[in-house]
Amino acid sequence: MSDWETVIGLEVHCELRTETKLFCGCRNAFGDEPNTNICPTCLGLPGSLPVLNRAAVEFAMRIGTALHCEVRPSIFHRKNYFYPDMPKDYQISQYDEPLNVNGWLELPDGTRVGIERAHLEEDTGKTTHVGTSGRIHGADFSLVDYNRAGVPLVEIVSRPDIRSADQAKSYVAELRGILVATGASDGKMEEGSLRVDANVSVHRAGEPFGTRAEIKNLNSLRSLGRAIDYETRRQVALLEDGGTVVQETRHWNEDEGRTSSLRTKEEAYDYRYFPEPDLVPLDPPVAWKDNVRASLPVLPAERRHRLAELVGMAPADVSLLVELDLDRLVGDAISVGADPRIAVNRAANEVAAAPERAAALDPTAFAALTRMEADGRLTATQAKAVLAEVIASGGDPQAIADAHGYAPADSGLVEAAVDTAIADDEAAWARYVGGEDKVAGLFVGKVMKATGGKADGKAVTALLQSKRAAATGQAH
Amino acid sequence: MTAAAIAADVRAGRRTAESIVEDALGLVAARDGDVHAFLHVDTEGAIAAARAVDARVARGEEPGPLAGVPLALKDNLCTRGIPTTCGSRILEGWRPPYTATAVERLLACGAVPLGKTNLDEFAMGSSTENSAFGPTRNPRNPARVPGGSSGGSAAAVAAGFAPIALGTDTGGSIRQPAALCGVVGVKPTYGAVSRYGLIAFASSLDQIGPFATNVADAAAVLEAMAGPDPRDSTSWPEPFAPLDVRADVSGLRVGVVRELMGEGIAADVAARAAEAADALSAAGAKVDEVSVPGARYALSAYYLIAPAEASSNLARYDGVRYGLRVERDDITTTYGATRAAGFGAEVKRRIMLGTYALSAGYYDAYYGQAQRARTLLIRDFAAAYERFDVLLTPTTPTTAFELGARTADPLSMYLSDVCTVPSNLAGHPAMTVPFGTGADGLPIGVQVLAPALGERVMFRVAATLEEVAPR
Repeated sequence: MSDWETVIGLEVHCELRTETKLFCGCRNAFGDEPNTNICPTCLGLPGSLPVLNRAAVEFAMRIGTALHCEVRPSIFHRKNYFYPDMPKDYQISQYDEPLNVNGWLELPDGTRVGIERAHLEEDTGKTTHVGTSGRIHGADFSLVDYNRAGVPLVEIVSRPDIRSADQAKSYVAELRGILVATGASDGKMEEGSLRVDANVSVHRAGEPFGTRAEIKNLNSLRSLGRAIDYETRRQVALLEDGGTVVQETRHWNEDEGRTSSLRTKEEAYDYRYFPEPDLVPLDPPVAWKDNVRASLPVLPAERRHRLAELVGMAPADVSLLVELDLDRLVGDAISVGADPRIAVNRAANEVAAAPERAAALDPTAFAALTRMEADGRLTATQAKAVLAEVIASGGDPQAIADAHGYAPADSGLVEAAVDTAIADDEAAWARYVGGEDKVAGLFVGKVMKATGGKADGKAVTALLQSKRAAATGQAH
Repeated sequence: MTAAAIAADVRAGRRTAESIVEDALGLVAARDGDVHAFLHVDTEGAIAAARAVDARVARGEEPGPLAGVPLALKDNLCTRGIPTTCGSRILEGWRPPYTATAVERLLACGAVPLGKTNLDEFAMGSSTENSAFGPTRNPRNPARVPGGSSGGSAAAVAAGFAPIALGTDTGGSIRQPAALCGVVGVKPTYGAVSRYGLIAFASSLDQIGPFATNVADAAAVLEAMAGPDPRDSTSWPEPFAPLDVRADVSGLRVGVVRELMGEGIAADVAARAAEAADALSAAGAKVDEVSVPGARYALSAYYLIAPAEASSNLARYDGVRYGLRVERDDITTTYGATRAAGFGAEVKRRIMLGTYALSAGYYDAYYGQAQRARTLLIRDFAAAYERFDVLLTPTTPTTAFELGARTADPLSMYLSDVCTVPSNLAGHPAMTVPFGTGADGLPIGVQVLAPALGERVMFRVAATLEEVAPR
């Protein structure tokens, strides 16, 4: 199956963090008592009318601008279909004239994924099917919570520019970072704040794109990756057997690890879209758009580029720091003299291990620590121990190092200890000289013991290597 | 008695609102068995509201310009805690938790709602025979229909139950019954009156408007309820300009619409419209004939756009949250059984028409084409209004027809709207004023059309017609 290529396009639904719903004044909150945040409008009672929430439009514009979209005059449409959790039996959405079009998003690996559109729409209520099947068919009865009905969503539709499950996960992670940065979303996939549908097709290299299947019910990055891998294998196997892929919507079953058909193209709904007559066109004035642009924070891709340039690494290598929000710490530390590479390493490991304390870490102290390590005043092991204390309870790295009695061992002492260790176990030394690298650990341990832990493990290893080189050189 | 006279008496303390409302309720009790204008009479609520007005007067507070005036409300306007059925089984027994903005504003002006009036189911019809709760009869002749869909409100005013009433007009549903019952009826500019609380039939066409026995009362009601409403995104953002009901047309240019004076219009009706044009000319207006070619396609466009929107607006009556539910084994069959039992034949017909018109592959040919016809009509109107201040047409093709005469032939029923539909498609105001009777002795109305927000000049022409109308 080596010559098969996978083509993926993603549709991400993002719940906006507005105070109130998209078309009424009801609270937009997750986890409240069912059917408490409802009113005539979000229940679709006869005679009620929608009124557009300005805050939701602002968030949608922030998202579109962050995704390099054109923010343009738009209108709302009705998407008609019957479902019990949709109070009006139509959804107010945007169709052929969406608010944001033609943008892009850059992945940490440098790939640009096109954004076809990012449009506003209302969420549905939430149905719980009670009974053995867990689905609407075969349920004993169903309960509907309309608290979510009318919650504002932005649906972000990518172009089919994604080529692997890993890239798809990377796209969603990147998008999530952008959505959180804009303030539009809390990014919580587990609470349904972000919901992903994947369009997947396969084709042989050089041939046109294949027929796609749309996969629903992807509630985590893990599900997304597994579902794409499964669906790729399924489609390839089908085609290699001489079959054809049918255009359909498929449901991902996390427990079974497979997708199954929900409905084929022939069974697809005819949504009978038409312009929503209860709303007027949405055409944000230029001043508002400018305002939104000016108020956007620096976005993850730009932060990666800035940090990468600062530390002389590739953007992909610093993406974790940006994701963990540690790029600022590293940048600040470098500006007061930190060693860039040590700062990146320590931030990505020791600081990242205690994310709740990271914000309190003083960049100057952090910078001082990296310098001590860089200068050889602390060994790597000592530096980690000192940093752990600085993170846990603050304080000056030098004072902490002094308190521990950390000081670089005298190099003459270290060499003497090495020689003693070799002399003590000539058999082991012979094995090391003969090429058994792992024996080095034995000598390092002895030297550390002899120096009370003050020797730098790396330096000891280097010393051993040079002595071996000398020994083998003599033998020849 | 006019609304103005009643309000003046109540405000001056010459009569109590309670006595006025009691008289009105007495008349309803005595005579509505024959007319069937009301679906629900809210006796207790009306008395309580009247007493509240009297209390305000007694305390020396401002009781409002419509103090103590009995009001009839079409039963597709939401009234908090009071049954609101839209003339349909599917909403039987439903009590809205809120009141329509237009109704709230009239209440604030001291008007006293007597109850809810009959209508064609979901305002779909031109005779009030499509009500699930039985037809309304024309007070001028009980063998005839009152028109529709606001037939109950028109009949309530014509029968003297209430001097003013509210109706809704999607394709003529205020003006056509007003004409057939011999009263004044107004369809305001789209957006002039908030639609919040009006149960939608076709959202881009629906508009609430008044019925009254005279032009000045109609103006007072419209002024009381018009104006911006933050709960309706399509309401005009600017305050509604005060109306002018002086019978003064000197210098006004009046165009008589050629397309709506000939074919399809009964001779006696066309003759009255021509007479009205002459009367306006005699009163100092410059009257001429005008062509609005797009008016010929208006009815066809209307019967695609209105059902299309209705098919979507009426989807929510699915038995899940409120109203009728006919329970079956699963959700799909429950939907079907509920809607089959809850909707009448005309509603089903329009839902099917509209669903078809919006379907993939047909949208452009039907809904899209209808919207293009609508655009052309608006352009034709704009051209006409470059030369004229108002336009004049008959309101209906015929006088009131007999009950049952058109129920078997939906198309003949649809033709009742031919003169009124263009204003809805354009979003323009239009009103009908009684102007004599036909060969059968039944009322005839003439219609005054104006451009968007042209109510001020429209009412001046209407006031003039009222003054010169044959008695």
